[in-house]
Amino acid sequence: MKVYENTGNKDTRSGFGAGLTQLGKTNEKVVALCADLTGSLKMNEFAANHPDRFFQVGIAEANMMGIAAGLTIGGKIPFTGTFANFSTGRVYDQIRQSIAYSDKNVKICASHSGLTLGEDGATHQILEDIGLMKMLPGMTVINTCDFNQTKAATLAIADYHGPVYLRFGRPKVANFTPENGDFQIGKAVHLQEGTDVTIVATGHLVWEALEAAKELNEKGISADVINIHTIKPLDEKAIIDSVKKTGCIVTAEEHNFLGGLGESVARTLAQHHPAPQEFVATQDTFGESGTPAQLLEKYGLNAANIVSKAQAVVKRK
Amino acid sequence: MADTQQLKDLVSQVRRDIVRQVHAVNSGHPGGSLGCAEFLVTLYNDIMDHDPSFNMDGVNEDVFYLSNGHISPVIYSVLARAGYFPVKELATFRKLNSRLQGHPTTHEGLPGIRIASGSLGQGMSVAIGTALAKKLNGDDKTVFTLHGDGELQEGQIWEAAMYAGSNAVDNMICTIDVNGQQIDGSTDQVLALGDLRNKFEAFGWDVVTVEKGNDIDAIKTGMKEAISLSRKRKPVCILLHTEMGNGVDFMMGSHKWHGVAPNDEQLADALSQNPETLGDY
Repeated sequence: MKVYENTGNKDTRSGFGAGLTQLGKTNEKVVALCADLTGSLKMNEFAANHPDRFFQVGIAEANMMGIAAGLTIGGKIPFTGTFANFSTGRVYDQIRQSIAYSDKNVKICASHSGLTLGEDGATHQILEDIGLMKMLPGMTVINTCDFNQTKAATLAIADYHGPVYLRFGRPKVANFTPENGDFQIGKAVHLQEGTDVTIVATGHLVWEALEAAKELNEKGISADVINIHTIKPLDEKAIIDSVKKTGCIVTAEEHNFLGGLGESVARTLAQHHPAPQEFVATQDTFGESGTPAQLLEKYGLNAANIVSKAQAVVKRK
Repeated sequence: MADTQQLKDLVSQVRRDIVRQVHAVNSGHPGGSLGCAEFLVTLYNDIMDHDPSFNMDGVNEDVFYLSNGHISPVIYSVLARAGYFPVKELATFRKLNSRLQGHPTTHEGLPGIRIASGSLGQGMSVAIGTALAKKLNGDDKTVFTLHGDGELQEGQIWEAAMYAGSNAVDNMICTIDVNGQQIDGSTDQVLALGDLRNKFEAFGWDVVTVEKGNDIDAIKTGMKEAISLSRKRKPVCILLHTEMGNGVDFMMGSHKWHGVAPNDEQLADALSQNPETLGDY
């Protein structure tokens, strides 16, 4: 098995901040907007370096999405920053009409996604945002797994023309992907070669999938592990090729099982290569207050549950 | 720049285009379209510096956003008559595979449209974004918008109004079509708008009132006043008092023609009141 080294826990939102800081220096067209969460989104450095290209819009997310759409008309590349909940559900119609349907080159950057924002509770823990965004025609949906990948994705989406939803989070998690690595939108990253079960994970669950693969290996189950950072467009070939080899799959994500990565994978397999699938995801429920670790354990979004789902799915082959 | 008689002739033709488009598909919104014909004809032919060869970014030209997208028949007619696309394309309004969708959109690539509108309340925010882009680009042209008065019931409008006032977005002129009507009745009956001048002034705007919003000379005077107030650290709002259905007597003064098409007899009546000046499509 390949060995992945955690070079030190870091938050993915800081990867976004680092990427945005770099873009500020390298791409004059990049502008940033924030709805009163500059510190939480790690946008302070961009704001300090480029006060003319940073727009503090206040607690007015709908207006922020409209302003971002308008800034593209004049050639700017706007990056909006707020929590995932306020980046999607709160402003769905503004994104739908002024950005997606109007094909505007806006990058919707969302922190504090999923359960792991922790103690703030369910009002802030959106578990439906991937579904909301992937249903919009033309929207690219990315959920990164660590600091390095989030920074790389932030740089990559500036060079891509079209609306993008970039989802990341608050907790400090293992940082294990290559520093200054290449990020190809829509291209899966194959992390472990295996023959018995495919594990496809996105976001914070990718590290958990690697941990699960180690444990499964000890139990005599060989896991093929794939990091799907881009949920739309989905790298269907990577998934189908893996399942042709293993015959079954576990999907893992910090999101509702309705509308998330697991559902996109299930559709792909149903069409091209039907196979048993188990879902590591929340089960059509809201979250609650607690520490990130407590929440991940209670809702089964961790390596232990990936292991048990993998053991279950290989029996269904 | 055009003289008032030329603009009046164009308005007459635009009114014909509006009722003919709506009649042909038995759907669409003639009332508000007719009420804004003089304003949009004057804006595109006497006020704005714009290029019908159409570039999406609109750099170094004035840009207009129609926020109340349901009055698409009038903007389609005005754009076609200004040379953005062939006038004969008006015959495709609301039909399958047309660029002239029920509500305006960029999706089918119609020249002259830079943002989709239809779901109300979004155009002012978009205009702010473009106004900010113009400032960053050192582009001294102006962003214009049009909103329905009923549309001001949307909360996003006031988010945008607060931002523009607080941040001195002074290269933007937003016009409110104050016709006092919306789908369910008068604005007073549905959700009273209160004192709009005081509201916008309280949000840090300069406000110009045009009492005769269907009079071309009054529109010209009001627009020139608004332009003179722009670039003085405040956004500018025009309260344009119009008559819904203006120019077609049986459609005037009522909300009932907001979204209803005329039948054959009513079309003939409407056309008889508005001479063909530039040739029907």
